[in-house]
Amino acid sequence: MSDKPKVAFYWCSSCGGCEESIVDLAEDILKVVEAVDIVFWPVALDFKKKDVEAMEDGSIAVTFINGAVRLSEQEEMVKLLRKKSGLIVAHGSCSHLGGIPGLGNFWNKETIFNRAYHTTPSTDNPDGTVPLEKVEVEGKELTLPSFYDTVYALDQVIDVDYYLPGCAPPRDLILNAVQAILEGKLPPKGAVLSPNKSLCEDCKRNDSKPDKLTIKEIKRPWEVILDPETCFLAQGVICMGPATRTGCGERCIEANMPCRGCFGPTDQVFDQGAKFLSALASILDADDEKEIEKIVDTIVDPAGSFYRFSLPHSILRRRRMEDIK
Amino acid sequence: MSHEAYEPKLVGFLCTWCSYTGADLAGTSRMAYAPNMRIIRVMCSGRVDPQFVLKAFKEGADGVLISGCHPGDCHYQEGNYKALRRHRLLSKMLEQFGIEKERFRLEWVSAAEGAKFQQVCNEFTEEVRLLGPLNWNGGKNERQA
Repeated sequence: MSDKPKVAFYWCSSCGGCEESIVDLAEDILKVVEAVDIVFWPVALDFKKKDVEAMEDGSIAVTFINGAVRLSEQEEMVKLLRKKSGLIVAHGSCSHLGGIPGLGNFWNKETIFNRAYHTTPSTDNPDGTVPLEKVEVEGKELTLPSFYDTVYALDQVIDVDYYLPGCAPPRDLILNAVQAILEGKLPPKGAVLSPNKSLCEDCKRNDSKPDKLTIKEIKRPWEVILDPETCFLAQGVICMGPATRTGCGERCIEANMPCRGCFGPTDQVFDQGAKFLSALASILDADDEKEIEKIVDTIVDPAGSFYRFSLPHSILRRRRMEDIK
Repeated sequence: MSHEAYEPKLVGFLCTWCSYTGADLAGTSRMAYAPNMRIIRVMCSGRVDPQFVLKAFKEGADGVLISGCHPGDCHYQEGNYKALRRHRLLSKMLEQFGIEKERFRLEWVSAAEGAKFQQVCNEFTEEVRLLGPLNWNGGKNERQA
């Protein structure tokens, strides 16, 4: 092996989009490959867990881990990779904040299994089989990882050095991160590798925002024909921009869809959902109790909308277990 | 907990201009009321960030009170209206987390209403006592050691 820095990629509870974001570096990936040795990347290269176990502790310069942690196997693998790596980068929303799989924290193992293996309209499972952690087949015991009731962000399981936000992280942020690592020009540990200001500050629609922004009724994007130039909040549609970090290149806004918050909050904020709730409540256009309640009724799923990508990393982290039946 | 009587832990965010002064009046007038409330003085009920409320529940509160000036009386014109809107929206969201509406209360208490503060504390303590402890743990201690 050469003395080029060693890099690893791993995935946990994720959709594969973050792996795709590496492939989407297109020809730039050749520059990356030229500068580093990829020593572990299950989605693309055939390495096994024992190969990682055989590596010296701390010998991998940097490991990019995407996906949230919800299985015992994922916990085991990220702990192993932590031991073998100098730097761990949480790659993408799921690993940074819990992401879309993190919405599973409104449920638990039992209700999720019941839905997935019994009640979805597309389930065809006449024998009612569900995955078991242990099963005996021809006298041999087979095992599966255990499935947790709660989804965790990566830094709730292991120590994380840097965060690449986004669903998935855009190519320029990934390239900047790789370059910073190769040149040793990294910000202080724990930094989110994207500018620390809100999306509204970069949003082209910011100028269309009225001086006093107020909302009489909240609409969902499919209920209105969205004007391609006006601030979404001014159109009465929930846009997470005020409570979301910038750096994404406003891909959604460009496609005339409001921000859903995948970059998470800025450094000043602990809890993205609570902060957005605070901002949104401030601009509701009513002072009367009954009228306020009427507007609040038009917000169909506040928790799911405000914590779409950040539930496991929020202050409360999940729904109360006793409340789930 | 099972052998002792359960005493609810309540956190109260009181605006300095009306409600905190009202609570002070209840004290100086020697009105007896349930001692379960931990009072935090804030400049305005509109200063209460929803993050404070969530943090209180996470750190062990069984109930959270926000108390401010009556509508129209806010020292900063409209801080209490903001508190009202946030309270209604946050209550709805807390229910999605399994935290009952009764655990999160908003009350208007003026500087002259020592008796109302006494009544709010007593009522809130008894209501939360009926609900029992919240014991928020946020899914901790589930993973491997």
